Amino acid sequence: MADLSVKIAGTEFNNPIIAASGTFGFGREYGEFYPLEKLGGISCKGITLKRRDGNPSPRIAETPSGILNAVGLQNPGVDVFINEDLPWLKQQNTVIIANIAGNTPEEYCEMAEKLSETSVDMIEMNISCPNVKSGGVQFGTSCESVGAITKAVRKHCTKPLIVKLSPNVTDIALIAQSAEANGADAVSMINTLTGMRIDIKTRRPIIRNNTGGMSGPAVFPIAVRMVWQVSKAIKIPIIGMGGISTWQDAVEMMIAGASALQIGTVMFSDPYAPIKINEGINKFLDENGLKSVSELTGTIKPW
Amino acid sequence: MKYDVKQFELISNEKIADGIFDMRVKNDELAPLAKCGQFAHVYVPSKTLRRPISVCDSANGVLRLVYQVKGEGTQIMSQMKPGESVDILAPLGNGFKLEKGKRYCLIGGGIGVPPMLYTAKQTKNPLVITGFRNKDLIILQDDFKQSGAELVLTTDDGSAGIHGFVTDVLKDKIGEVDEVCACGPIPMLKAIAEVCKVNNKPCQISLEERMACGIGACLVCAVRVRKDGEEIMQHVCKDGPVFNAEEVVF
Repeated sequence: MADLSVKIAGTEFNNPIIAASGTFGFGREYGEFYPLEKLGGISCKGITLKRRDGNPSPRIAETPSGILNAVGLQNPGVDVFINEDLPWLKQQNTVIIANIAGNTPEEYCEMAEKLSETSVDMIEMNISCPNVKSGGVQFGTSCESVGAITKAVRKHCTKPLIVKLSPNVTDIALIAQSAEANGADAVSMINTLTGMRIDIKTRRPIIRNNTGGMSGPAVFPIAVRMVWQVSKAIKIPIIGMGGISTWQDAVEMMIAGASALQIGTVMFSDPYAPIKINEGINKFLDENGLKSVSELTGTIKPW
Repeated sequence: MKYDVKQFELISNEKIADGIFDMRVKNDELAPLAKCGQFAHVYVPSKTLRRPISVCDSANGVLRLVYQVKGEGTQIMSQMKPGESVDILAPLGNGFKLEKGKRYCLIGGGIGVPPMLYTAKQTKNPLVITGFRNKDLIILQDDFKQSGAELVLTTDDGSAGIHGFVTDVLKDKIGEVDEVCACGPIPMLKAIAEVCKVNNKPCQISLEERMACGIGACLVCAVRVRKDGEEIMQHVCKDGPVFNAEEVVF
């Protein structure tokens, strides 16, 4: 039995598998399959300052080896999260990450300040949601805006701060450097890639929002490439995600440079995927004489 | 633990009408838990999402799933063979709430007909109205007759049964029942809800929406409902698929 625990920005995780924001709600539903302490952590559904109803349906379309979604940040608001969901989550014996999204930098700051006074373990700043009209990805696509919002939120955030990066940019490594230089403790990447599907009979986009965020196995090679590029550009840890479906994908993503992982879309076909992935990683480590999962991080031997 | 995924043994998977298949799958642990109006979330090899299929019937550890081939996933399902193992997360959702002593009118339109069979078996002497576009799409008539229901058949083009819509029959017969349960296309459900409202009869409707997790975590299968005077988003998989028709914002 190898040591699966990892440490990100001072926070200890029992294992490297974190449920990805937006796929796992606030944990209660998947907690009806298995104890949530089997997960290294939970990145909660993205929350906003005020309640949001999200986009009209349809919010999802299947794509070859993937999906498009445009939920549009439906959530009950930060206060309901703090009062009704966080106390329950904190009893689950796993790391709790609050994922925040705002319409303005001030909203991000206000939420970071509120959450810093709670028992939440980490804050993940979502500046990469492609499915809302204002906020979201508009802060995440230039070095200047990423730097400015990271700097602003940092002043109001006493918890470890993770910046979640968008892949819909020209050079993600430069964006990551800007987050690091302005106070991020870690980056998580990649959020979804903007995509589209059209019904050829009606000529209507399948998703009511017209475009959506693409995830699933189809995006995995892109995520691996970006994690590798960013790992060469920054010193803070990377939480890697994007289409991880098997334990082999998990090992690959860590070799590319990730210190921990988030998994999401695979849970829709197999709710037990986090447990199977941890078992597979453990077996791989034992078979290869590795004592700790952290020994994998960044061990790529590029040509 | 409330949810579980199990391997079901595929007993049969036969075409029963144009593009419509009748799959029977056995698992002694999960199948007996299914209630009328609930659904099964079927894993389809090579696809990223499961396919939510309504429970048509459940008896002796066998779930009956009658589904229409609509896209790649259901196409793959239709080619599954007896003896194969089918990975199913079930039963899910909130089904029809039936009260003893009430006479129900159960209405199914097209591929909305299957869940009404299991529902018909849970209540005494229901009036069942089934509507189809044409005679080639008619399903489950013998099953409804065997269940003891009073059965009415309509087709949009008059190629079988009564020429007309299910609502034409409902308007004539609504005085004979206490409550209506329905499943089918949205325009049909909307029309049924209006007839019920005018006649002051409660109405439950089963909705469908593109779905992912099936348990209320991912929030994709949203439907707008009115609760206590306020419009909110609920979800077909967890809050439904059966909703109070008066609360649904069409």
